[in-house]
Amino acid sequence: MDENTVMLPLKEKDKPIIQKLLSAGCCARCVLRFCCVSVQAAYRKQPEETLKELQMFINDTENDKCQDSVALDSRDDYKSKDAAESETSEDPPNKRAKLETSITDVQSEEEAAAVVKSKDGDSRVCVVCLGILQGLCGTTQAIKIAEAVKAGNYEFDTLVLSVSLPAQLCVREHSCWLYVKKEVREKGLVLDKDDVIQVKEAFKWIMQGMVTKELGGIAVVTKVSPFEVSVEFTHPETDADCHFLAATCPDCFKPTKNKQSVFTRMAVVKALEKIPDAKFLKHYPCPPTQPTSSCSPQVQCLHVSVFVAGRYNKFCRSLPQTPWVIDGERRMESSVEELIAAPILSAFRADGFNFSSSGREDVDVRTLGNGRPFAMELLNPHKSRFSKEQMKQLQETINQSSDKIKVRDLQIVTREAMSRMKEGEEEKTKSYTALVWTQKPIQREDISFIDDIKDLTLDQKTPLRVLHRRALAVRQRAIHSMSTRFLDSHHFYLRLKTQAGTYIKEFVHGDFGRTIPNLCQLLKTDTDILELDVESVDVDWPPPVPE
Amino acid sequence: MESVEHEDTKTNAPSVIDRYYTCWYRADMKGKPCEDHCILQHSNRICVITLAETHPILQNGRTIKSINYQISNGCSRLENKVSGKSKRGGQFLTDFAPLCRITCTDETEYTIYSCIRGRLLEVNENILETPNLLLEKPSTEGYIAVILPKFEESKSITENLLNRDEFENIVSKRSSAQSQPS
Repeated sequence: MDENTVMLPLKEKDKPIIQKLLSAGCCARCVLRFCCVSVQAAYRKQPEETLKELQMFINDTENDKCQDSVALDSRDDYKSKDAAESETSEDPPNKRAKLETSITDVQSEEEAAAVVKSKDGDSRVCVVCLGILQGLCGTTQAIKIAEAVKAGNYEFDTLVLSVSLPAQLCVREHSCWLYVKKEVREKGLVLDKDDVIQVKEAFKWIMQGMVTKELGGIAVVTKVSPFEVSVEFTHPETDADCHFLAATCPDCFKPTKNKQSVFTRMAVVKALEKIPDAKFLKHYPCPPTQPTSSCSPQVQCLHVSVFVAGRYNKFCRSLPQTPWVIDGERRMESSVEELIAAPILSAFRADGFNFSSSGREDVDVRTLGNGRPFAMELLNPHKSRFSKEQMKQLQETINQSSDKIKVRDLQIVTREAMSRMKEGEEEKTKSYTALVWTQKPIQREDISFIDDIKDLTLDQKTPLRVLHRRALAVRQRAIHSMSTRFLDSHHFYLRLKTQAGTYIKEFVHGDFGRTIPNLCQLLKTDTDILELDVESVDVDWPPPVPE
Repeated sequence: MESVEHEDTKTNAPSVIDRYYTCWYRADMKGKPCEDHCILQHSNRICVITLAETHPILQNGRTIKSINYQISNGCSRLENKVSGKSKRGGQFLTDFAPLCRITCTDETEYTIYSCIRGRLLEVNENILETPNLLLEKPSTEGYIAVILPKFEESKSITENLLNRDEFENIVSKRSSAQSQPS
């Protein structure tokens, strides 16, 4: 059975609704929606066919009032002829009344004429869906969507189709619903607004299969997929339809900080739930006005973010973590995150990235040992599947690209894993080596006592060098242990194992006495730090990747 | 700073101040002779107010009797509290706002001034406990206060200040004036 012969499960009670909506300017598919037709195939019929059958159905005076559903077949000429005949028939009034069809006393000459007119083809833009379920919903559109997807050159197995509709659709839907509400109530029935099939649903029922076909069989799933193809419909011509709601329900519309419109779909829906029918009808035409144009669709593809983690070493003393730009001018060439991100962005064909790490080091500090954990969110990756081998290869590419940094344990991780990394920033210990200068001359014996100091608690006021961007506070931090290596009368190496968040430089030079105790006090001389290296960041994440 | 000259002595190694701060000066603050202040401006625009080495307090072996941050009946610099990243709540100072009054054991009294416009972040409480810090380490642990100028004014505040050369010029003129027969 081809699509055009599917049964339209219409009932007698639907007749006045169909009548009114067709004459108001609704397209055939929107009429089906208001009749709560939930058979998906019904919407996939050609709109012209659907319209014809709706018209036949309402003009079918021969049908018994006892029949619950009507099977309509476009090849049934007898019925169509009858339908045409009954329009112009000169049945005596009593016969018509006796038949008690859906053509109620409300039907007037004008409505009959309107129905005849729309037989010629639904060239008018639907007053409710603004063309979305008409010309914007078919093979042409499916081909356009498929072309946009192919152009993006994404890697994917499934896709989910999402639709965004202009807010004024809710207003127009509400208006049509009120328009037929009276009819429905007169029949002693209830048409709950929630029973009306949503435009979005109908659109997807029609389009999902078509898009699958145009993409050569790629499954268009209904619920979840990492790849989303969104179709956004806009209709500037009728954007003002929502505006009256701001006056009638002002508390639903909060002014936004951005320049974006305050008439969001959510806000409009909320306002429509609150507004009493009488008030709505006072401010908005019922049925809605006829638009002169259809919506404009825009297709956008988005792949869910992919997360890549690893550990990095930094061997350079003039490399910032993030790009150093002041007043639009770059102050220092490159950065840790750019050097790591560039090959990864290119391999995953991503639009952008967010880089974060378990703490960070200053420009002039090296990161040695097995490195500092980091994770990168890759935005809209066009390629997302990588084998372990490929990741190893990518790691090698990064390491070959620069001698300033090196990465290890490069791997794809989940979004949830990011929190494991950040916990290292607060909780875990770190080890350092500092090259210390002393003002007074020293000998080996003068510094050996430092090796015995355990769990030294420091009170560190926010260092002056970061005070411009941090709150002023005193932080208690612990230096768990230290060891020294004498170099000469004014220099020695100091190894430290400290709590996360300890400012090493300030412990060494004292920061105007704002870190107490400090090395100057311990050694009773001015001291300064000439070099600092991070030896280890004691976070056991991400899991090591075997060579 | 990849390789360090390990033969460096104290004279060659640039200190923290040399590396990150610029020294500015105000001489004869409020017309009082030699009451010179040194303002250390960090590259991040934060300023540390200190006594210049020529200040009377640091001359003639003076010792300090008391340091008082209560500059008026209603205002004590010790009560200054800032909160948050934007340092809300800090007392806003102008050039001649007093920071503290220092009394020496020889009964001489001196007022230390802000010297720049900005928000007071903190005053040095360590010198209340250990006034000697001010005498021994006036440029580091003996600092008086930390002030954050407005972002828009961070360059313009130095317009009224002397750089090191200009200051040394003024100081040398003083000595020659003193050595002139009166």
